[in-house]
Amino acid sequence: MSLIEIRGLSKNYGHVRALDYLDLNVDGGRIVGLAGPNGSGKTTLLRILGAFDTAYSGDVSIDGLKPGRETRAITSYLPEKTALSDWMTADQAIAVYKDFFADFKEDRAREMLEFFKLEGSQKLRQMSKGMQEKVQIMLVMSRDARIYLLDEPISGVDPASRKSILRGIIGQAGEDSLVLVSTHLISDIEPVLDEIIFLDFGRVILHEQADKMRAERGQSLNEAFEEIYA
Amino acid sequence: MSISFDNQRPIYIQLLDFFRAEIVSGSLSPGQKIESVRELALKYGVNPNTVQRALGELEHLNLARSDRTRGRFVTEDDEVIQQLRLDSAQQITEDYIQAARNLQISLDDALSLVKKLWDDQEGGKE
Repeated sequence: MSLIEIRGLSKNYGHVRALDYLDLNVDGGRIVGLAGPNGSGKTTLLRILGAFDTAYSGDVSIDGLKPGRETRAITSYLPEKTALSDWMTADQAIAVYKDFFADFKEDRAREMLEFFKLEGSQKLRQMSKGMQEKVQIMLVMSRDARIYLLDEPISGVDPASRKSILRGIIGQAGEDSLVLVSTHLISDIEPVLDEIIFLDFGRVILHEQADKMRAERGQSLNEAFEEIYA
Repeated sequence: MSISFDNQRPIYIQLLDFFRAEIVSGSLSPGQKIESVRELALKYGVNPNTVQRALGELEHLNLARSDRTRGRFVTEDDEVIQQLRLDSAQQITEDYIQAARNLQISLDDALSLVKKLWDDQEGGKE
C-alpha cells in the first residue's frame, strides 16, 4: 500500500471543476514535484491531502486513513499564503509551533535557523520575503512528519534563497517521509526531485521518475513541461 | 567544488561521472572515506536517493566499497583505478577522433598537433 492513495477524487468550486476523477499513488521516502499551470488543481489537491478541505468526492487515503485529525498529526503543510502574524519574531513562531505540534523538534528548528542565517529575535515584518519564506520552511520542516506538503515554497524568492531553501528541504526530509512540493519553477527544483507529477484540468497527465524521464526523453523536466503544456 | 548539472541527462549518471573523474584525478584518493549520502546531497543540492543510486553504481563498478559500520570508501585496488583511467582516456580519445574527422583533419596532422600541444603543456607546467 502506498503512503498516499487517491481514487476518483473530484472537487468543484461552484461550476468550476478543480479536480476531476483524479487517481494517484505516491510512496514515502522521496521528494515529489507537483507541477501544472495555474488552475490545474495543485493547491486544491494539497489542501485535501492536508485535511484542510474535506468537501470532496472520491477516496483519499493517507497511511491508510481518511484525511482528518489523525492524518493532520502526521502531515506538515506549508500553505501558499502564510498564516503567521508579522509582529511575531522567529523565536515566537517557534514557540507557537512547539505548543501546537507534538512532533515539533526545536533542535531541528534552531539548526535550520542557523543554516538559513536568521536571527530568532527578528520580527517577521522586518524580514525580506526570502527570509520570511525561510522561516516558514524552517517551521514546517522541523516537524517530524510522515508527509510534508509544500505549496510553492520557492516562488517569489530570489535565486540564492531558493537554493538554500531547497537545501533546507533536502537536509530535513526523513528517510521514510514524503515531501510533496508544488511549483511552477521546475528548473530550480528539478535536481532535488525523485518523481514529477504533471496536473492538467484536475487530472494527473504524467507521473514519472525524474531520471527515467530524462533518460527516455533526453529532455529536462522543464522542457518536457513546456512541451506538454504548449 | 560544485557541479553544474545538465537537467537533460539523468542526474545519477552525472554524479557517477563526477565521482569517476574525482577518482581518476586523485581528488578522491584510494581508500579515502566518501562523505555520507546526506552530506553529498546537501553539498550538491540533489536528491538523496539520486546520490544513493550513483554511489550504488560506483560500488557495482568496484570503484567503492561499503563497510556496514564505518561507511563507504574509495577502492584501494590500483588495477581497477588504472582500468578506469584507460576507459576514460579511450572515451575522450573517441570523442576527439570523431570531432577531428568532422573537421576533415588527417591522422598525421592530428597526431602532430597532439604531440606539439602535449609537449607545450608539459613545458608550461615546469
